[in-house]
Amino acid sequence: MAKVADAIVVDHLRVVRGDRVVLADLGVHVPTGEVVGLLGPSGGGKSTLMRAIVGVQRVESGQVTVLGEPAGSPGLRRRVGYVTQSPSVYADLSVRHNLAYFATVLGADRGAVDRAIESVDLTSHADARVGRLSGGQQSRVSLAAALVGDPEVLVLDEPTVGLDPVLRRDLWGLFRRLAHEEGRTLLVSSHVMDEATRCDRLLLLREGEILSDSTLPELLTRTGAADAEHAFLSLVDDAARWGGGRP
Amino acid sequence: MNLRLTLATATRILRQLRADHRTIAMMLVVPCVLLGLLAWIFDGTPVFDRIGAALLGVFPFVVMFIVTSVATLRERTSGTLERLLATPLGKGDFMLGYAMAFGFMAIVQALVATAFAVWVCDLDVAGPTWLLVVVALGDALLGTALGLFVSGFASTEFQAVQFMPALVLPQFLLCGLLVPRDRLPSVLSAVSDWLPLSYAVDAMGTIAAVPEPLGEVSRDLAVIVGAIVVALGLGSLTLRRRTP
Repeated sequence: MAKVADAIVVDHLRVVRGDRVVLADLGVHVPTGEVVGLLGPSGGGKSTLMRAIVGVQRVESGQVTVLGEPAGSPGLRRRVGYVTQSPSVYADLSVRHNLAYFATVLGADRGAVDRAIESVDLTSHADARVGRLSGGQQSRVSLAAALVGDPEVLVLDEPTVGLDPVLRRDLWGLFRRLAHEEGRTLLVSSHVMDEATRCDRLLLLREGEILSDSTLPELLTRTGAADAEHAFLSLVDDAARWGGGRP
Repeated sequence: MNLRLTLATATRILRQLRADHRTIAMMLVVPCVLLGLLAWIFDGTPVFDRIGAALLGVFPFVVMFIVTSVATLRERTSGTLERLLATPLGKGDFMLGYAMAFGFMAIVQALVATAFAVWVCDLDVAGPTWLLVVVALGDALLGTALGLFVSGFASTEFQAVQFMPALVLPQFLLCGLLVPRDRLPSVLSAVSDWLPLSYAVDAMGTIAAVPEPLGEVSRDLAVIVGAIVVALGLGSLTLRRRTP
């Protein structure tokens, strides 16, 4: 498996859902081994873009390439992990039975189950039924169900929603370890702007358009703003002033 | 298709079911209660011997249809199906996993219900009793396959449950249980030739009445297996990796 410089390359992507153009003509790239934050307001197309990268979104035109292969191709299904916004695991099974099933499906060994449970800090709840856990714990089970397959690329849709600050810090620590120590690539969406500081790069997505693709310091320099939130707001204002087009 | 993944899926579904004691109890007890009630209603008449065996074919079909359509609808709405289709798991593994898990439940159900009908309710069966269980398994798999298919057209559990009266009750009315199929008005009789449950009830009736029913029953079973294959094929069309 050759290392590619950009784990994810999206080119002229157009997605229409119903009669609404969600993504008109989108291009982004995600460098290998980095944590890239996909930030922007709800309904801006973040989940649609992530679904296209994982290969479960029907797209109208454009190319999405992951690890050098077309998104969703059979060779990628073991190498790309995907965590949806709401926890997609079985509420009537225990944490361990959920992960054991996904481990088998993803071709992972048995030890992977314990490692995944440990990495999301649920060892003490391993035999609890998922339906009985709190919302934050359930979303961590969902994350573990992706980690258990040891993916090279992780696409995480709002993984920290509803978590307390300590857990959020721990999870972001985990994301950075997965990228910087283990060489994985992470695309993490969030609508909480203060999570921008934890990412290597930021993609700001609003109404299906990329407003910015840079590191946080670059973004702050360009906009003269004090933090990601104000930088984003100033980009939104600019975009509105120029008629919604790219700044 | 991968046997290991199919088996893992079947195991997972049975584990989910095991956590739900009430559903298991209802699957096993309700057919017995209904059979007992029927035997009691027709006490002292030959009616129970005529329709008792046929009902053994109807229960697994109805129960597995409902359970499968709700279970797979849950997979669709909870996002687990989307997640699974983004993994190496094939559509065939998913569908056969369901068929194996509920097929297993159907065998348990058929053993309990048949034993109850024969030993407690004194159902007279001319043919071999084990053949009743084989036909019941075929009916259960047919219910599972149809349930998988219709769950693709339901967006809520309310809708999924409504498919039962919509798709199952007409088959029940026309399958020969109420009026023998050859005595139905000719249009309805022709329609009943196209409904798979008719063949299930025919097979059960033959086993009950004929001492050597294997030849006749295997023709009915072939039709049922054909219907299962068609329903699974249609069901696989409703499982899409890419959705709008």
